[in-house]
Formats: sequence, structure tokens, C-alpha cells
Amino acid sequence: MPGMRQRPDFSTDDDADGGTRVALTGPLIVARIGDIDKRLRALAGPVATIDLSGLTAIDTVGAWVVWRLARDNDAQLTGASDEATRLIDAVSESKGTSRLTPERPPALTRALATLGETVIGWGQGTLAGLGFLGQVILAVRDVVREPRRFRGKALIHQMELVGVNSLGIIAMMSFLVGIVIAQQGAVQLQQFGAEILTVNLTGRIALRELGILMTAIMVAGRSGSAFAAQIGTMKLTEEIDAMRTIGVSPMVALVLPRVLAAVLMMPLLGFVAALIAIVGGATISVMTLDIPFFTFLRRIQEVVPQRDLWVGVLKAPVFGLIVALTGCHQGMQVSGNSEEVGTRTTQAVVQAIFTVIVLDAFFAVFFSKIGWI
Amino acid sequence: MSEAPPSPASAPAPESDPGREPKLADGQEDVRHPIVVEGLCNAFGDHVIHEDLSLTVNKGEIIGVVGGSGTGKSVLMRSIIGLQVPQAGKITVLGRDITAAQDDDDIDIRSRWGVLFQGGALFSTLTVAENIEVPLKEFYPEIAPALLDEIARFKVMLSGLPENAAAKYPSELSGGMKKRAGLARSLALDPELLFLDEPTAGLDPIGADAFDRLILELKETLGLTVFLITHDLDTLHAICDRVAVLADRKVIAVGTIPELLASDHPWIQEYFNGPRGRAALEAKDTPHHDAAAPAIEDDADDDERAPMAPDEQDR
Repeated sequence: MPGMRQRPDFSTDDDADGGTRVALTGPLIVARIGDIDKRLRALAGPVATIDLSGLTAIDTVGAWVVWRLARDNDAQLTGASDEATRLIDAVSESKGTSRLTPERPPALTRALATLGETVIGWGQGTLAGLGFLGQVILAVRDVVREPRRFRGKALIHQMELVGVNSLGIIAMMSFLVGIVIAQQGAVQLQQFGAEILTVNLTGRIALRELGILMTAIMVAGRSGSAFAAQIGTMKLTEEIDAMRTIGVSPMVALVLPRVLAAVLMMPLLGFVAALIAIVGGATISVMTLDIPFFTFLRRIQEVVPQRDLWVGVLKAPVFGLIVALTGCHQGMQVSGNSEEVGTRTTQAVVQAIFTVIVLDAFFAVFFSKIGWI
Repeated sequence: MSEAPPSPASAPAPESDPGREPKLADGQEDVRHPIVVEGLCNAFGDHVIHEDLSLTVNKGEIIGVVGGSGTGKSVLMRSIIGLQVPQAGKITVLGRDITAAQDDDDIDIRSRWGVLFQGGALFSTLTVAENIEVPLKEFYPEIAPALLDEIARFKVMLSGLPENAAAKYPSELSGGMKKRAGLARSLALDPELLFLDEPTAGLDPIGADAFDRLILELKETLGLTVFLITHDLDTLHAICDRVAVLADRKVIAVGTIPELLASDHPWIQEYFNGPRGRAALEAKDTPHHDAAAPAIEDDADDDERAPMAPDEQDR
């Protein structure tokens, strides 16, 4: 239809009573409204009548523009078709004054409020985390009293997910970390002619610190996030509520297997990580320091005290506990919509890694104070 | 008006305003039938959903689509709006062959229909007003911000929401309000065609009644053609001009409810003559259930409406 290709337009002249008459023509529809709306807004002077008889089409947006013009100028409408009248009636109920954006306090107030909320949130988060630890301990008590309620299969399944399935990526990561430690250490130590100490550096740092720490970070990213997302989704779909109503404790059925799996698997994974980091260090030493592979490994035995192994292995279950607790706790706190699953998962990972690093610093000071240097 | 819905033959005359019927340049548009589905086949793997399904929707009618769970009502709607590419068949919407169209090149047709998804599908990070403005900004970037805001306001009002709802985020709205907000967004571009996927599912009977009336009012005011998927027998009785029944992978019958009642297909008989079907029919015959009944408050004492159980079977 040719009319659709036209643009709406208007002309002004004086009507019989000397007022201004605006005559609209063409299709006054949303697809063509942009330009004429701006021109009508800019129209100077009062309008006495608006003539709609030249319109070939009108929709609610066109009706609104006509009605707004009439309202603002207190103008009469003439020549409106039945359809135009009906549409104008329908839109005229809108007052056009309600606010469209949520009320927001001034920026300074908001910044201060956010700061305050963050601080309070930290405090409450710590308390809630401790509370969750308490619930887990109570669940352990329940299971000890009634061992048949323990989910052996779930535990094995989670151990596979947390431990066995992450072996590959953790091995790969540790091997590369080992290479970096040995290579960077060697560059610095060569300046003192002490490149043989690269062995000490690699062995001790892998067993004591980096093996465990990197593993904890990987497990947090891999399993902590999965715990939060799984449990959070179950919370959203009311599976957790359903469990409760049929007498299954989600703490025993969901949280405990995951926490135990992480606590049990972390020392093993950390140990593997440390060993592979040493292998990585030995590999790079063969290439850059001309230290034979097996000489490197024998030397490790001589220069790394067994205590370093225990330092690492003692920290590992604590880190595993932190990662699993934060993951499950954040998951259990999901409510409302699917967006929250995402936020809570992010929080679980960030909190877990942060807490692990804080605790690691604490352990470093603690072990040196008790003389495990 | 739904007391005596027109028969399909004499079905709702096209709105007699040529201006509201923009034709495509090729001039092929069948003005009287905005949706024509011919020989549609849809299958997921071995599971055949539709086989040789045909359906013609008349301009200006509210067509209700019913069928048991899994008969592919939503798949049919998704095929018509181009979200689902069928295995075979031809779907013509507003004169455009949807099955032949590429994803993005049927942009002008997308501005001529509005879709209300089951859950409202509002963008959760935007307020209701911003949700309504999204399609407007997308299609008509030249519209001034002031006019966008005014449009958002009156669309909110048209869809029966209180004006202050415009500033709210979807998460702050109840289920019924979300549907209305979704309806407001689907009406943003003044479409000719409105697709509604179970608009009253999950609403309480009073809210569902009010929503039915809203759809009827909007259809009459705006001259819409409405494609309505529903399980709600009351909705069928109250507002649908014709009902299409999906079963055995195709549309087994289309017609007014009295016409369908005359059919001897067992599913149709069971559907309309089951306890719920009868309750809905009786409810419809009580005077205050007349489609023209006014505001929500008047129906507050309405307890004759059949419970909304049919949609539970769908879960």
C-alpha cells in the first residue's frame, strides 16, 4: 500500500475563530513517529484545533502523540475516525507523570551505605560461616549416632569428582609451576654461584607451600564452584525443601559427603601436586643446569626435611574443609532467581581462595614459631 | 460477545481500516489470514511432534490452541514465530514465508508481532519501563527519549498495571504482574499479531479472569489477532472466537466450542465434557461471567470458576 511508504506530516493554518489549526496527514504510526514527534514538540504557540481527517493510519503511539498535543494546548480534535477516537480514549488514561526509574539516594549516601553494608556483611558472613561449620559438626554427630544415614555412595562419588577427576589438570599445573620455580630460582642463584641450591628451593617450596596452595585454588575453582552451583540450583527447584519434608537432612545427604570428600582428597592431591612440581623442577634442571634427573631427586631427599612434607599435608585438609564449606554454604544461601546461583558461585570461589591464602599466611608464621623451619 | 462466536466461515471480518494493514512491498499478503500453516512437520530425533499439520488463523480473531501435554502447542508457536525450524511445511505469517526467512532478514516482520512467553521472559536487569523501551529502541532509534518514556507509561497503563510498576524490576513483581509487564512489552510496537503462551497459567482464578478480559479489551481496542495457547477452559469459553485442537500430531479440529462439542473425537469429548469442562461451561453461563464484566473487584466472590488444574498436568 503506497500509504505506508509516506511519512506523516502536518500543516498549520488559522481556523474560523482565529486560533491555530494543526492538520495531520499520512500514517501516524510508531514506525514513522520519530521525526513528527520532535517537530510537534517544537511547535510554537497555542493550538486551538487538531484536524485528524487527513490521517491514513493511526496506532496507540500516534494516538498518544495526538492526545498529548491536545492536552498540552487544550485543543479540540476534529475529523477523528472511529479507530482514532477509540485509541485516543484508551491512551488518555495515562497521566504520563509516573516515575520510570527506581528511587535512588544521592551518590554519597549510597557509597557510605554500600561501605557499611560490606563491613556488616563481612561480620555476618564470618558468623554465618561458623554457624554452617557448626551445622556440619552436628551432622557428623548425627551420622556417628546413626551410621546407616551416612551416604557412602555419595561420598565415593564426590571423592571421584573432587579427587580423581582433577588429577590431570592438577598434575599439569604443578609440573609447570615446578618448572617456573626451578628456572626462576636458578637465574637468581647463579649470580651467587649457588645454582645447586635450586634443588632446595624447588623441593621445599613445592612441598611446604605451592603444591598445597595451588591445589587448593584449583579445587576451589573446580569443585567449590560446582558445590555452590549444584546445591544452589537444588535450592531453587525446591529439591532441598522436598528432602527436608521427607525427613532427609540436606546437611547429611548433600553437604557432608562433599565436605568429607574435599577434606580427604586435598592431602592426596596436594601431595601429588608437590611431587609433580619437583619432577617439573628436575626436568628443567636437566636442560638448563646440567643436573642429572636422578641426582636432582636424590638431592631432594637429602636437603628437604621430612617436616616440610608434614607441614604441607597438615594444611591440606584444612584448606579442603574451607573450600567445601564455603561452596556448600553459598549454595544453601541461594534464594529467589537463577541470577543468584551465579553470584553465589562467584562468591564461593572468591571467599574460598581468599580464606585459604589468609590461613596459609597464618600457618607460615605458626610453623616457624613452633620451630618447624 | 463470546456468547455467539462467529462461525469460521463468516469469521471475524477484517478490521475495516486499510491503514492498519501495511502490506509488504511484494503485495502477496493474504490480508484475511495473517497466519497460514501448511503441511508442517516437526520432529526431535525419532520423536515426531507434528506431521502434516495445517492451520489458518483469521484476521481479528482470538484463536485458542489446546491439546494434551506434549502435543506440541508451544512447538507450533515457536515454529510460527521462527524460533524453531521445521522439518517440512510452509508457514506464512503476514504474507511472509517464515520457513524460508533467514534468522535476521525478516526484521520488519518481527516488528509486527508481539510474543508473551510463559514466564513473561522479562529482562531481569531492566525495569519494566526499560523492558518496554527495548523493542522500540531496537526498531525505531529515531524516537526521542521523552516519547519513549511516555510510550512506556501508557503501555504500562494499557496492560492494567499500576503506573508505579514501571519503575520496578521484574523480581519485585508478582507472577500476575510479570505477565502483564510481559504483555506490555509484547504490545510495545503496536503489533497486529499477538502470541500468548499460556497467559493465565499459574494465576489465581480472579487474576486469570481479569487477564482474560484484558486480552479481550486489547483485542477490541487495538484490532489484534491473537494466537493463544492455553489449558484454561474458562479462557477458551470466555474469550476465544475459535479453538484449534492439537492431537495425533495435527490439528484435528478447528471451530467454535459448540462446533467442537458436536465432534465425536474422544479427546475433544473428554476435554470439553469432563468435569472441568462442564464446570467451565456452567461458569460461563452464569450472568456475571459475561465477557463484558468490568473490574476485578466485581469478581472477588467468584468461586464457581473451575480450578486451574489442567496446567498441572503439564508440569
